[in-house]
Amino acid sequence: MKFLPDKVVDRLRQNAGVPDPSGTRYQLLERVDRGGMGVIYAALDEMLGRRVALKVLDVPVADGDLARRLSREARVLARLEHPGIVPVHDVGTLADGRVFYAMKFVEGQRLDKHIEAVTSLPDRLRLFLRICDAVAFAHARGVLHRDLKPANVMVGAFGEVLVMDWGLAKILREQPGAAAEEDPEATILHAPGASGGPADTLEATQVTGQGTVLGTPGYMSPEQASGDVARLDERSDIFSLGALLRFLFTPAATASSHSRWRRDKALEAICAKATESDPANRYSSVSDLSADVSRYLDGLPVSARKETVLEKAARFYRRYTVAILLIAAYLVVRTLILLFFHR
Amino acid sequence: MNKILLGLLLGTVLGAVDGLSAWFTPAVRAQIVGIVVGSTIKGLIAGVAIGFFARKVQSLMLGILFGLAVGFVLAFVVAQMQHGYYFEIILPGSIVGIIVGYATQRYGQAPAAPATTR
Repeated sequence: MKFLPDKVVDRLRQNAGVPDPSGTRYQLLERVDRGGMGVIYAALDEMLGRRVALKVLDVPVADGDLARRLSREARVLARLEHPGIVPVHDVGTLADGRVFYAMKFVEGQRLDKHIEAVTSLPDRLRLFLRICDAVAFAHARGVLHRDLKPANVMVGAFGEVLVMDWGLAKILREQPGAAAEEDPEATILHAPGASGGPADTLEATQVTGQGTVLGTPGYMSPEQASGDVARLDERSDIFSLGALLRFLFTPAATASSHSRWRRDKALEAICAKATESDPANRYSSVSDLSADVSRYLDGLPVSARKETVLEKAARFYRRYTVAILLIAAYLVVRTLILLFFHR
Repeated sequence: MNKILLGLLLGTVLGAVDGLSAWFTPAVRAQIVGIVVGSTIKGLIAGVAIGFFARKVQSLMLGILFGLAVGFVLAFVVAQMQHGYYFEIILPGSIVGIIVGYATQRYGQAPAAPATTR
């Protein structure tokens, strides 16, 4: 008996898993990434002649929990029209029964990769603020993301920031006129350890036994980790945003060349407040969190921390360095004139 | 605060302070009132001119250079009228111009763009 080499077997396995888009307007181009419950392919929309991303369910079951969840993800995305949220174009079922949806093809990098090239802390914080804008918008529409982490944020080639992977989104309240969405909490996304490609290296999406725990360790709020779904509200996403903010300015989480950043007490305080274990002690809204980060960027005091007089003076100096130096120069000149010209 | 108002206020205050510093020069202490009034008016004119410039030209470097030029020219004119004290008047006056030029560009608020409809 002749055995096939491992490489060939792997290749055959991959090909067997490739969905068949015949009968749709899409032509598959390449596999791009792997999401929580499906694989993402680059595809060509033959009717419009544009590149799109297709998220296709792993398994060919049109009426299973996973299929419902993917369709629901598409509908949740469809109600979130915002420049910071990837737009969905279409949803359907392939000939082999797999549910898919088409969305904008984002050419760019995941935040955790992109950030390695962003050496300026203010630039990183401005990226964070744009993530906050998208999440605040979703909250205003009554939607929780529940899986915010660097791997679920894409930064496009032109600097656009897009929050991706709304597969775990929870609908807090229905919008007037919107169709009610069921919330399939008890769905097992995929078995622990059965992870996919490179997308899973950082996030290792924690899968759920009986669907009680959905999210990512390190970014998941304590109430989410305990499976207390009924208690989840906007503050759960605020916890994840706090963890994401810490990731953005913690040298250990990024390239070692940025370790020169000092541990800033104000930023630490913002992260600490956002990631308080008791939701009542966190920021009450994403807008409050982003307002504090904006104040930090503007050299203003943050609400998360009371400053000492010395710290206030140091911050004042940092904010008005040039003006203070100019006034000092004027006073020095005046003093020198008094000392040397009018004795 | 808009750039012209900021330039006006800053120029006036710094001009007045600049004039008051003459009190430390015993030779001119008797004319302190005239000096303060003149210096204040000089600062006011410089501040408004620099504020107008900042409104038209959005450039920190050009703003500072324009402030320096205005401060220098006005201080030179005052020194000419005094028939002396060139160094003592021109150097601080130029620095005041730089301060106002920097402040109007950095901290002054640009006028809001008019809303357009289609």
